[in-house]
Amino acid sequence: MISMAGKAIRRWWALFALPTFAAFLIGFVVPFIMGLYLSFCKFSTVTDAKFTGIQNYIDAVSDKEFWHALVYTVLFTIVTTIVVNVAAFAIAYMLTKKFAGTNVFRSVFFMPNLIGGIILGYIWLLLLNGVLAHWGRSITYSGVYGFWGMVLLYCWQQIGYMMIIYISGLQALPGDVLEAAAVDGATSRQALFQVTIPLMMPSITVCSFLTVTNGFKMFDQNLALTNGAPSNSSELLALNIYRTFYGRAGFEGVGQAKAVVFFIIVALIAVIQNRLTTSKEVSA
Amino acid sequence: MSEKVKYPALWTTLFTIISLAWVFPIALVVINSFKQKAYISRNAFSIPTGKAFVGLENYTRGIKRTNLIESFGWTVVVTVGAVGLILLCTSMCAWWIVRVNNRTAKSLYLLFLFNMIVPFQMVMFTLSKIADMLGLNTPWGLWIVYLGFGAGLAVFIFTGVVKGIPQELEESAMIDGASVPRIFFQIVLPIMRPSVISVAILQAMWIWNDFLLPYLTLDMRRFKTMSIAIQYLKGGYGSVDMGAMMGCLVLAIIPIIVFYLICQKYIIKGVMAGAVKG
Repeated sequence: MISMAGKAIRRWWALFALPTFAAFLIGFVVPFIMGLYLSFCKFSTVTDAKFTGIQNYIDAVSDKEFWHALVYTVLFTIVTTIVVNVAAFAIAYMLTKKFAGTNVFRSVFFMPNLIGGIILGYIWLLLLNGVLAHWGRSITYSGVYGFWGMVLLYCWQQIGYMMIIYISGLQALPGDVLEAAAVDGATSRQALFQVTIPLMMPSITVCSFLTVTNGFKMFDQNLALTNGAPSNSSELLALNIYRTFYGRAGFEGVGQAKAVVFFIIVALIAVIQNRLTTSKEVSA
Repeated sequence: MSEKVKYPALWTTLFTIISLAWVFPIALVVINSFKQKAYISRNAFSIPTGKAFVGLENYTRGIKRTNLIESFGWTVVVTVGAVGLILLCTSMCAWWIVRVNNRTAKSLYLLFLFNMIVPFQMVMFTLSKIADMLGLNTPWGLWIVYLGFGAGLAVFIFTGVVKGIPQELEESAMIDGASVPRIFFQIVLPIMRPSVISVAILQAMWIWNDFLLPYLTLDMRRFKTMSIAIQYLKGGYGSVDMGAMMGCLVLAIIPIIVFYLICQKYIIKGVMAGAVKG
């Protein structure tokens, strides 16, 4: 079934749909398909590709640093997802109550989010190296130092963003339910855990998945703060892929194969989110 | 439904302390930007006095070494142009998809959804090579690259909005003899205004701060964005000029804070519109 307006509009495809679609072909569809194909090839530019089957994937999974980066990224994502969401929820919960300065506090917490990853990385490089200098060490002392440095940085950046989503969720809660709980004699702790948090599950799902995907894809902050030092032990997955591509000649195919694996993981996370989120309009 | 807390003064004090800790990293950069570079790595927490104080020298050296003013200009060109193009093209495309709603339109929509879950690393190599071949390695070429790679989220948000606009309005305008472009620009687009602002904020935040895409795509000898210029300060394995770095960081943060203070309301709305992104 197509409406009268629809029929008239369809004829205007060249003006309305074509520009976006053409750019979309150049900027996404063609690079994606070529990327998929090149992951089965040996190449150094896109024109000299030679088909080698699944050799790149074999090389990718037998690369110890790739596994290290994968485990490192998963741990990083788990830790930051928990810390960011607990802290953001707690802050949002308090800042929707009545006391002086809540609006100013909200603005302060959100601010780091607007600053780019490269700049954030160098800000924290100064701070963390300044602190560690007391013990004569620096952030690149070991992969563990880099890990916690990036956790701190990422939490500082993300808490404000998630706080905003939680605040809008909290403000949309039906007031009568909470009142009823209070009338029934629920303590504020009971109301929080038995009423508020269950009602907030949609926001919690959205925020958790945003933190998971953003954490998994983190690149700029990693590049600026540690650049993988010492000896690639603080490399997240995105940086590992980047350096396989551009750091070692002859490994472009392996880098592309790793990128495909990376894409599949991120896509799986997104699909699971889609299943879990019943309503898309959670906080809009 | 904001309820009162038991000890409001106590909570205000507590949050004031946390907020001060929150801005401390930025304050530290500002303090160090007035220090001579040797003192920055030796003791980041000292106050710049006496010999350590260098006035604005770090700023002038930073600007000179990175060509920061020029990069600022290119960042503005890239961001404003790309956001403008994305808003215009994707809002039109979203309207076309919703109203036409045939198999082509639906598959196009699914493709855009798919675009949202693909990480940049998947296409970075091929995209940068294609952009190079097509001569899109300039700031204005980047507008098209951003329109292509960033279309998914914008189309997704806009189609959601268009679905909520009653079609009768457009049909009666059509009976009155209005042309299709005129209907879109005079009736539909004004209704979409709030979401256009939200998408503009979301895309601007992304493109302004983006590093890897412009780094791989742009011709580095001629164009650098601010993030790239700052990353170039580090270069190779040599030591970083921390003084120049501090000056550049402060200069890079100032426009963002100004923008935030002016558009705070819209930024919050944009964040909420983007909360559907997975």
